[in-house]
Amino acid sequence: MSPEIHIPVRIEGETATIFAGDYINKLSGERIERECQRQINAGCKTLIVNFSETELVNSIGVSILLGVIDVAANAGAKIVFSDINENTIELFDTLGLTNHVEVLPN
Amino acid sequence: MLENQQKLIHTFGALADLGQEVAHKQNFQEMIRTSLHLVLGSLAIMRGGVARYSRFGHELNMLVMRGLGDNFPLSLSLCYEDERQFLANGLAPIEVKHAQVLPFVQIYDRSFESKKIELVIPLIIRDELVGVIFLGEKATGEPFTGYDKDIICAMARHIGVGIAQRNLMAELERRAEENRHLYEDLRTTYKDTVKAFAAAIDCKDKYTEGHSERVGKYTEIIAGELGWDNDHVEGAAIAGYLHDVGKLVVDRNIINSPTRITASENAQLSKHPTVGYEILLPIHHPYADVPLAAKYHHERLDGRGYPDGLHDREIPFIAKIVNLADSFDAMTTDRPYKRRRKSEEVIEDMHRNSGKQFAPELVTAFCRAMLKELTNERKEKRFRKILGKDYLEADKIVPLLKNVLNARNATSPLTFVAAE
Repeated sequence: MSPEIHIPVRIEGETATIFAGDYINKLSGERIERECQRQINAGCKTLIVNFSETELVNSIGVSILLGVIDVAANAGAKIVFSDINENTIELFDTLGLTNHVEVLPN
Repeated sequence: MLENQQKLIHTFGALADLGQEVAHKQNFQEMIRTSLHLVLGSLAIMRGGVARYSRFGHELNMLVMRGLGDNFPLSLSLCYEDERQFLANGLAPIEVKHAQVLPFVQIYDRSFESKKIELVIPLIIRDELVGVIFLGEKATGEPFTGYDKDIICAMARHIGVGIAQRNLMAELERRAEENRHLYEDLRTTYKDTVKAFAAAIDCKDKYTEGHSERVGKYTEIIAGELGWDNDHVEGAAIAGYLHDVGKLVVDRNIINSPTRITASENAQLSKHPTVGYEILLPIHHPYADVPLAAKYHHERLDGRGYPDGLHDREIPFIAKIVNLADSFDAMTTDRPYKRRRKSEEVIEDMHRNSGKQFAPELVTAFCRAMLKELTNERKEKRFRKILGKDYLEADKIVPLLKNVLNARNATSPLTFVAAE
């Protein structure tokens, strides 16, 4: 059985900050996706995904983040990526993820 | 350059993960779900889905979708022309905007347009269409490059193989199930034939009508009590049903003679085990010992039986079981020359002849089975059904059976060791 991964969330008004873990793969990615969906359903208008702990994002992680972007766009919510390290931001730029989100500088 | 390198590492990582996913995942649905994630994530494709092709329904059934919403069709019909075009195209991405000639694209054009489906990849494995992958636009908004398409092809091949394997397994399971049914039918036919044979044998003898069937049932009880598995118990029962098949060639007047038969008549009757063996031997039985049971069921442990006068260990075990069952039935049914014996006498007879005519461990097993029924340890009343409800009187028989079993235990090697 997979270990339960805790996703810390900070809520301020209509803004929810979701703290991604050190490695965004299928397991942790699906938790992030569920949490984002939950916050959007709860009426959150801005969703910040904080990558300060994130070292690596694999392909499944990218697919899941695209899903989060899609869900947020359909719900009219704004999505923000923050505290992304150099490697990850390069990857997101190359793949075009940053075209769909606001990126906050470190 | 660095950007390309990172993209390459990311993509190849996805390819490697996909290979592992297809090779090791036991759960098919989960494998497909993860595979779609890997395809979408490797090139950052906004949405997509994987469908499996049903040859019988001529339709694509969506297995997994991401970002396609609730309105995307879960099942898409294909016509012969679509299938032909897919097969001609092979496993390579088809750009939807250049594929308006496909009837299927014409039908589902609106769904594809609303979800910005750009590529359709037919999954062709060993010249067979097994499914289709639908892919939306890239997150960069740029068109798919030749490199992208090569990567997609490589990944699609893995997914196609995964679906083909699953189809193959499903087909194997279906055929195995079909074979199981056929085998069961064959078994039933075999058992019915055996029973019909047994009835034909018993028809020759008005006094012993049902004898073969009863011997079959007693044999089954003994084998079951010995702890044999179901197949062997069934084999033993068959041996019991057919043990007297050789009587088919014995003159009916000899079998039905109300008086003691002559020496020459007896000689003819005594041939029935060997004749039975010869009848049964050429038949390919699922149970090898059936002919042996017919041949040796009149042998005795002390060597005074027939046809070969074998001793104890020379006698096949199945023949010893049938011998006991046969004798028990002879003692417990009316014959032309004498009435059936009382149950107490029969049990005493079996006990007395244990080690002479009957194998002691079989007498024990038979008595134990009877005791279990009379003391309600076993709910099914098999003896009562055969012998009638009044024949075995529990208050008389139970102490007798216990004595026989105790006596048998006292002579077992284990008891001697304990006593020493």
